[in-house]
Amino acid sequence: MSTQRITLTVNGGNIEFDAPPRKLLSDALREDCGLTGTHVGCEHGVCGACTVLVDGRPQRACLSFAVQLEGHEIETVEATGTPQQLSPLQQALHECHGLQCGFCTPGIVMTFEAFLKDNPDPSEAQVREALTGNLCRCTGYQNIVDAILLAARRLREGASQ
Amino acid sequence: MKPAAFTYHRPASVDEALDLLARHGGDAKPIAGGQSLVPMMNMRLASPAHLVDLNDLSELGRIRLQGERLEVGALARHRDVAESALVREHCPLLVQAARTIGHYAIRERGTLGGSLAHADPAAQHPLVAMTLGAQLTLARRSGRRVVDAGDFLLSAMTTALAPDEMVLAVSYPRAAAGEVSAFRMFNQRHGDFAIVAVAATLALAGGRVASLRLGVGGVAPVPQRLDAVASGFLGQAPGADWIAAVARAAREAVSPEDHPRVPAAYRKELTETLVARALARCVEKSEATA
Repeated sequence: MSTQRITLTVNGGNIEFDAPPRKLLSDALREDCGLTGTHVGCEHGVCGACTVLVDGRPQRACLSFAVQLEGHEIETVEATGTPQQLSPLQQALHECHGLQCGFCTPGIVMTFEAFLKDNPDPSEAQVREALTGNLCRCTGYQNIVDAILLAARRLREGASQ
Repeated sequence: MKPAAFTYHRPASVDEALDLLARHGGDAKPIAGGQSLVPMMNMRLASPAHLVDLNDLSELGRIRLQGERLEVGALARHRDVAESALVREHCPLLVQAARTIGHYAIRERGTLGGSLAHADPAAQHPLVAMTLGAQLTLARRSGRRVVDAGDFLLSAMTTALAPDEMVLAVSYPRAAAGEVSAFRMFNQRHGDFAIVAVAATLALAGGRVASLRLGVGGVAPVPQRLDAVASGFLGQAPGADWIAAVARAAREAVSPEDHPRVPAAYRKELTETLVARALARCVEKSEATA
């Protein structure tokens, strides 16, 4: 199968690799960019585990081909917080027990990075509506909703200081 | 769950895209948001030999007024449509419908033209296009044509698009002064395709129904516009009895397929309930604006 040189801009740096056009962005991030924080669940856009940001907007990495993303800015969960310094949303997920196995968490973090910029003061109903695009099979959604609302409050307080 | 191999093309202009489609015809598929096509490719339900990526053709994402119609470019994302002030003012039904498509991340990427070209019988855009009498501008290298939604949507997942043709834009009649609209759908899980969806527009004159459009999705291979039902209920005051009578007539007018998991009687019942809810919402809005 013929491959081509693909250059992706991921988390602020360029990564070059050879891959066929059929390579999904989700697979390219994990296999060619070595960024395994983006998880692959259903591979047809339903579960949300592979959600990343493209030019700041949430997008299913399994529903794009890597070659399509040349010239765009991709952000993955690796760009969001560090183990020593979690992002406000990651910290809130930790405190509220918003994850158990953690498989769905990167997709939720990336989805709500964008959502909380769009909606700094969301209602619980808005959070739940947005969360319908991310499946979690461990915890139930209550703690995740609590965490997102807590993160929203802290981000607002931080912004007003 | 990995797609078959294909050759990737990334045209920089509409003309270049049409040249590619002309050259590769039935072996090529245009890709816009990819929210329906890529799942089909991942599941190997589709395996085009050539993929023509339309995402750089930003001129296809425009939303603008063209005389008495609102024109929305084929590449407008569901989010663009849902958040456009122009669409909200001139075609509010489209905003209500676009907000309910899939999930947050799906709406960021999926496009109007893609949804119509995919032609899922339960999808929002085909239903709104049928209900409002939208017109689609289609293009191939040899020329353009304008097609009514009713002539574009032929059957489930089947449209009048030729293999080398693509959707450029969709135009909708601007909502008349005083016209209100409502969209209602039922699905088992948030973000799923509707089991049944209903779109309605209503305008009153002197407290009586002057115009009524009713569309139902999910009950036939193509969304149905219930003109015969609507025309039978003009000139009356839209009270609770009127709403119930229209909803009953809508139920009788649809003949959904019987399916082991979704019996026809259930879809008929949903039609009645959703028509009643959509009309009640229309009447509420009419009273609020009067």
